[in-house]
Amino acid sequence: MAHGAAHSAGAEEGTVQLHPKAPTIRLVIVGLMILGLIFAPWFAYPIFVMKLMCFALFASAFNLLLGYTGLLSFGHAAFFGGAAYFTAHAAKVWGFTPELALLIGMTGAALIGLVIGLIALRRTGIYFTMITLALSQMFFFFCLQSPFTHGEDGIQSVPRGHLFGVIDLGPTMNMYYFVFAVVMLGLLVIWRFVNSPFGMILKSIRENENRAISLGYSVVSYKLGAFVMSAALAGLAGGLKSLVFQSATLTDVSWQMSGEVVLMTLLGGIATLTGPFFGAGIVVTLQNYLATSSFPVTILTGLVFMVCVLIFRRGLIGEFYASKLGQKLGYRTET
Amino acid sequence: MIFGIPIQALMGQLLLGLINGSFYALLSLGLAVIFGLLRVINFAHGAQYMLGAFAALLLLQSGGISYWVALALSPLIVGIVAAFVERTMLARLYKLDHLYGLLFTFGLALVIEGTFRYFFGASGKPYPAPAALTGVVNLGFMVLPIYRGWVVVASLVICLSVWALIEKTRLGATLRAATENPVLVQNFGINVPLLLTLTYALGAGLAAIAGVLAAPVYQVSPLMGTQIIIVVFAVVVVGGMGSIMGAIVTGYLLGIAEGLTKVFYPEASNIVIFVIMAIVLILRPAGLFGKDV
Amino acid sequence: MKPLLELKNVEAWYGESHVLHGVNMHVAEGEMICILGRNGMGKTTTLRTIMGNLRKRTGEITFAGKDLITTPLHRVAHTGIGYVPEERGIFATLSVEENLMLPPVVAGGGMPLREIYDLFPNLEERRNSPGTKLSGGEQQMLAMARILRTGARCILLDEPTEGLAPVIIQRIGEVLVQLKKRGMTVVLVEQNFRFAAQVADRFYLMDHGQMTAEFPVSELAAQMGMLNRELGV
Repeated sequence: MAHGAAHSAGAEEGTVQLHPKAPTIRLVIVGLMILGLIFAPWFAYPIFVMKLMCFALFASAFNLLLGYTGLLSFGHAAFFGGAAYFTAHAAKVWGFTPELALLIGMTGAALIGLVIGLIALRRTGIYFTMITLALSQMFFFFCLQSPFTHGEDGIQSVPRGHLFGVIDLGPTMNMYYFVFAVVMLGLLVIWRFVNSPFGMILKSIRENENRAISLGYSVVSYKLGAFVMSAALAGLAGGLKSLVFQSATLTDVSWQMSGEVVLMTLLGGIATLTGPFFGAGIVVTLQNYLATSSFPVTILTGLVFMVCVLIFRRGLIGEFYASKLGQKLGYRTET
Repeated sequence: MIFGIPIQALMGQLLLGLINGSFYALLSLGLAVIFGLLRVINFAHGAQYMLGAFAALLLLQSGGISYWVALALSPLIVGIVAAFVERTMLARLYKLDHLYGLLFTFGLALVIEGTFRYFFGASGKPYPAPAALTGVVNLGFMVLPIYRGWVVVASLVICLSVWALIEKTRLGATLRAATENPVLVQNFGINVPLLLTLTYALGAGLAAIAGVLAAPVYQVSPLMGTQIIIVVFAVVVVGGMGSIMGAIVTGYLLGIAEGLTKVFYPEASNIVIFVIMAIVLILRPAGLFGKDV
Repeated sequence: MKPLLELKNVEAWYGESHVLHGVNMHVAEGEMICILGRNGMGKTTTLRTIMGNLRKRTGEITFAGKDLITTPLHRVAHTGIGYVPEERGIFATLSVEENLMLPPVVAGGGMPLREIYDLFPNLEERRNSPGTKLSGGEQQMLAMARILRTGARCILLDEPTEGLAPVIIQRIGEVLVQLKKRGMTVVLVEQNFRFAAQVADRFYLMDHGQMTAEFPVSELAAQMGMLNRELGV
């Protein structure tokens, strides 16, 4: 019985006393992060931070699907890049104001999400992943051949326009705070969604699908709902990026882009709310850094993937949550 | 003339479709073999196909080693590398969600592809067909380049041999049993971890053979793998990975469908397989030969 | 004489849950013992722990002088133990003959295929049909027959009579008697102790992951009262 005793002692070791001020400390951390982003343009190159925020929103949207339904999509580039094209087209060719152009992009992404979701959700698990990859590759070929995307050139010199027809988004600082506001709004929506009754049902489906079915939930409809929601928010991120960089290109719809968002989420921590933000930060920073060196980004991306899967599956934030300090602050990892 | 298309052109595209189908069949067969036992979707399959082609090219350039030797040597090299990867890394992931195997091999594919792109550039390099297989024969209704005929025959022979190995031999019975209940097979005294390593090496070796066969048809390029692997994923979704024969037949069928589309509606030729996949999923979600949903 | 199979203070865990709490058991060469006990008391787990399917375990398990705790999973069979699991473990994608030929021969003295077919004529008739197309009784014969081929000197049998008709159970009893004559050591897990009484030399009673009683077949009549109480018959 000695072993049994040692064993139960090990189990107790896992529970750490909650810090008495844990909720306050958590609020302060989030507050500091938001403040950091508000003042970031004074310390960092604003375009870079905008790019980072767009990808953070993209990764958070992706994580909404993976983290809370367990569905791994390898086709999110279709929503991100598709919305980038739609937004760019609406702003440039139709002369729409940026908020309307973004809405068009989001709607388009949601519609593509609905179609891809309806087909891909006919299967589960690994097949679902392969189907999303194949369908997004089909969309890539569509973009390659369709005239409105201008093929290899992409849509260039997209006007940022005037927000509500009033505020000129041309100046970098105006654009920065617009992006900041939209991304915060997007993250808030995700946070609300995850904690809504809908999000709770998704969690119960992920934990025990058969039980959810026997309770009378239409599991596929809920998954489809989450998929379309994730697609729309990924589209918001893609549309925003096309306004920041004033262009939409094939890169945004390629399978590499789908892989990148998987990496950001994995690196930051699957099913954590802030993980994708940090994952996106690291990946975008690395890409910027490597862009000036001769070392190919692909190799590093691949290596990070392998290392994450082999020894770092909780991701950065997941590891922090699981650490003693994280548990003291009352964080829980959901994987 | 058929539907206003000259018969020569039709046959030409059909042959091209059959050639593509040969590669789809070989690659989806390898994926199905690996998935059957390891429950891993081998995203690196395209990269291993590319490695096979590059191994043949480098063997020729550096050692003057002929196509025929490369056909045997290159899958062996790729198989050994794959066995090493499986033993040291992939084997740690079997206990986890199958998605991790996919993500790991995706990373592996990026590393392999990125490395070759770094050292050899993105452009394609020609690989000459062996002298014995150059030239054409006139079949009356069409002119058949001998090498292309060889690819079709060789892939068919390889596919059927692998099918026979798995369905008709004792080793195959052991593999099938290990797929059903690996623990009991271990209880009988069979080294299942070793079997897994060999299976991964076999699958990767098949991809490498496809790569060597492809080298004289397409150009040898670091990007050749990813282009084809996504299509092959669609092929295995259509065929369902439960059946070895299903993977083979679907590979050829979809290659031919692609070839025919090139004749009748060329704009859709690079998406036709995805469209077929979507239709099959709507009508028969388990796939044409699949038993598992 | 040193026992062929011996378990000393064996504890085992399924993940977090502690399932064997110090099992002590010994089986002599050529002996047929039977483990009795209600469902969920650890009988099947004991067999699975001997085979090494539960890797988290402590204590001593020795077979023919070899330490099984440190033996890798796929090497246990090569020490001479054959395993017939609960539900029989017949492979659906293998034909009857493929099922029969699957386990590698681990020692000399195994039954040749010819003899197996003579003993189980049904299996020969249906050698090419898929293994799971056989009836429950035939599947049980197949599961035992494939171990006989390997030359194992000890066989672990998990509930061979479960769900079978009395006439088939009778047939299995006959096979066990023949095995005993050949000097095979048998560890039998059974709920049906009337069946076990006909073949076993000695009994263990298992309760909550421990052996709580042990007696030879000669004491069976005296133990009936206790058994009926413990097994809730």
